Amino acid sequence: MSLHAQDDPALRAAQEERLRAVWAPPKGLFLRWTDTNNNQVGVWYTLTAFGFMLFAGVLALIMRVQLAQPGNELVTPSTFNQLFTLHGSMMMFLFAVPMFEAVSIILLPQLLGARDLPFPRLSAFGYWSFLIGGVFVSGSIFFDAAPDGGWFMYPPFTTRTDLSGLGADVWMLGLSFIEVSSVAAAVELITGVLKCRPPGMRLNLMPLYAWYILVVAVMILFAFPPLIAGDVLFELERLLGWPFFDAAKGGDPILWQHLFWIFGHPEVYIVFLPSIALFAMIVPTFARRHLLGYPWIVLAAVGTAFLSFGLWVHHMFTTGLPKISLAFFSAASEAVAIPTGIQIFAFIATLWAGRVTWSTPLLYVTGSIAIFVIGGLTGVMVAIAPFDWQAHDTYFIVAHLHYVLIGGTLIPLFGGLYYYWPLITGKKLSDRIGRTAFWLLFGGANLTFFPMHFSGLMGMPRRVFTYPEELGIGGLNLASTIGSWVFAAGVLLVCVDLALSPRRGKAKRNPWDAGTLEWLSHPDDEDWGIRSIPLIESRYPIWDQKDFVAKVDEGRFFLPDAEEGRRETIVTSVLDARPVQVLRLGTPSVVPMLTAIALGSVFILTTYHLYWPALVGALATLALVLYWLWTGTAEIPEKDCKPIGHGIALPLYISGTSASGWWAMFITMMADATAFSGLVFGYYFFWTRHENFPPSGPGLDGPGSFWPMLAMAVMLASWALTVAARELNRREAVGTARAALGTAALLSLGAIGAGLAGPWLSGLEPELHVYPAIVWTLAIWTSAHCGVGAIMQLYTLARSLAGRMTPRHDADLRNITVYQHFMALTAVVTYATIGLFPGAA
Amino acid sequence: MKRDASRGRQSLGERIRGLRVTLWTLIVPPTVWAVHFLFCYLWVAVSCAKLGAFPRFPVAFVVGTLAALAIILASGWIAWVQSRTPGDDPPHDEGTDIDRLRFLATATLLLAGLSFVAVLFTAAPALLLTDCR
Repeated sequence: MSLHAQDDPALRAAQEERLRAVWAPPKGLFLRWTDTNNNQVGVWYTLTAFGFMLFAGVLALIMRVQLAQPGNELVTPSTFNQLFTLHGSMMMFLFAVPMFEAVSIILLPQLLGARDLPFPRLSAFGYWSFLIGGVFVSGSIFFDAAPDGGWFMYPPFTTRTDLSGLGADVWMLGLSFIEVSSVAAAVELITGVLKCRPPGMRLNLMPLYAWYILVVAVMILFAFPPLIAGDVLFELERLLGWPFFDAAKGGDPILWQHLFWIFGHPEVYIVFLPSIALFAMIVPTFARRHLLGYPWIVLAAVGTAFLSFGLWVHHMFTTGLPKISLAFFSAASEAVAIPTGIQIFAFIATLWAGRVTWSTPLLYVTGSIAIFVIGGLTGVMVAIAPFDWQAHDTYFIVAHLHYVLIGGTLIPLFGGLYYYWPLITGKKLSDRIGRTAFWLLFGGANLTFFPMHFSGLMGMPRRVFTYPEELGIGGLNLASTIGSWVFAAGVLLVCVDLALSPRRGKAKRNPWDAGTLEWLSHPDDEDWGIRSIPLIESRYPIWDQKDFVAKVDEGRFFLPDAEEGRRETIVTSVLDARPVQVLRLGTPSVVPMLTAIALGSVFILTTYHLYWPALVGALATLALVLYWLWTGTAEIPEKDCKPIGHGIALPLYISGTSASGWWAMFITMMADATAFSGLVFGYYFFWTRHENFPPSGPGLDGPGSFWPMLAMAVMLASWALTVAARELNRREAVGTARAALGTAALLSLGAIGAGLAGPWLSGLEPELHVYPAIVWTLAIWTSAHCGVGAIMQLYTLARSLAGRMTPRHDADLRNITVYQHFMALTAVVTYATIGLFPGAA
Repeated sequence: MKRDASRGRQSLGERIRGLRVTLWTLIVPPTVWAVHFLFCYLWVAVSCAKLGAFPRFPVAFVVGTLAALAIILASGWIAWVQSRTPGDDPPHDEGTDIDRLRFLATATLLLAGLSFVAVLFTAAPALLLTDCR
């Protein structure tokens, strides 16, 4: 294609016709729900999370009415427990985190000038998992079966089945399922930011929103898995009686607190940073200038992400840990104020240096900064251990956390809604309604939560269903209740504004005159994402690059056509965004939805102790995943290369470290390794808790050294053969490579037997004491991973035999080798721990 | 041999600027903070649980802290030299190799500063608290 070919309107029309056909959404009553296009799935995701937010908000209103006056009897104490547990759990797991993922699934491809994210079917799977898990958890309150242990579910009350009902299982299993979908979204978003940027968008030109997404998704990867590990231990205790948190049998409830808060504190920043990311897009637009201090913002995002993992014990200041341990966490909690402050100052400086246009979104931004700063300051107060000992578990904490979450997550999201609504629907929301709603939200939030500082300091504990009149906090509570209804009126007004939107006319394109890529979007949106993928030379290309919008629209940049009738986007290199591949994307399919249903059934059936049907669900999940992979991934293209315009031709198939699939495997395994390290942490945690660990006695004696060492050796042989198979296959010794893969699979299966033989033959009784329980858990975890490894090895062997994997097209083999590297590490750590630890042999 | 000779003529600054800078090098300073933090936490937890006390002059703790500070300083110094690579005009926000290098180097330098302060914060309690209560 020559440079001027695009001058021909007929050619452009033909290209647009082809693109339109390729990206056409599926039609029909059922088939439309099989869509995988990010702008469709992202909207469903956002609306669902918004719906859960309204539901959880109503729960809060009921609580506030109950607390409006002393001795009120609107709801029973038991219902009240369910209300506050579900309110907190839903706002965190079903609103704040999913909302970030949902918004990012919509925005990220547009910000990066990509047609879609690299794994659209994975996004759809994540959405359906979220919907099923969310309805399961939130619906439980209608059956009086909602969790009631508080959103952090502290044992031992929650692990003892005689003290807690089905609600605890609903929480553990329902939310574990949603955690799976969050990790799936993290894989999608990290790979998207690193590999799907437009050519020329080097790291220093990336929109700050993408920087924040990258940082937050990496945080999810390290924060959620410890909770998943905790959930595993928790359910093993509830369902099988393995005493991880039972002090009478050597367990320790504090371990749950550690695992929960290693997740729980980063979680606060996981829901806060995406909102700051919205600020970073909104502020420059209305200041009419580039954001000041770009590297400072990156410092703040990365620095906050790291420091946030050193704060978790500040939720545990009253558990009796040594004071010096508390001091470490107190110090880190103070240090995190530095990067948080830096980003706030960068926004203020940008507004100061720019020519500010006052607008509704900017009003929300500035208002939420004010609320957030108040929450941040009380945060610095409670980070000081002696103050926290006074304020712990009082309404002061309730005030602090709501100031942070409302100022740092909720109101910024409403600002983002007003800012990005034209991007999604082509229509602006009403400025008048928006501003009125803002003042109701702003006033309501302060009226609700400011008095709570005082009621807390006057001695009102959190999570209490009523209080006596003599405490003298009736007036403060009434003020909070009135404030909560004012706040609710603000939310209702926003909903009214949204409901009126279909009756309004379309706004002009790029209505805020913004400078970043996502505003290329046209009010009469096409489903193809972007007409041609641009070459980026600036952080604000619409402002800075000459004739940018026209060139994109006329297809003068890259990949303006879909000649072969396939959905495609460009994959680029991590640092400098040099184009490396044309990636063919997944098309609409029912498989992601079915897989989510099958996997959901495993979790839901297990809740009701229906283990055999759950096993059927697990096998169905496995079958669906294999079918999905076999038919939808690592397809060998009909030709090697394809021209993308301007004389550049890119390969259609790549494998190894530059491919998006390799990154997805690597990222997934980082999460897996983090969950595993949570379990290993458990083993060493119990060691520090006991004089004699491992203990001795019947049913308690360790698994010895022989079987663990054998399991390790067999597993390492399997790993070595997989690596050998990769090299042999690359050198065209296909037959030998297949033999190596087959042998490796057999060895993986052998490693399962050897791994379980240790605890089995030594007669370790997991219900007796925490030592046998944690040894069994580590052995089962590792053996299950061996099993998954064997399936991967056999799958790759089958791909080779079916001609779907060749010496040049070896993505499957390269990706499972990444799995095997992590597998080998897991085996070494597990078997060295249970077989070589002093006293175990 | 020839390559070695040409290297010899390069100044130290030029050699540092030739070092490869990636997202991995960007996170070296905060990773050192994280490792140091974990080390402090585990050192105290294990000392208190298994020995019932920790030494009055904790050699491992001091060496670990100094090592962490030294690595952060080195990383920050390399980043500082790289962030002064001569080339394009300010404000260094263009799509060129030098601007990308300068951006990553500046961000690394800033992270080194934050990590340095954070390591000092974390180490400070050991100066004041000397028992396991």
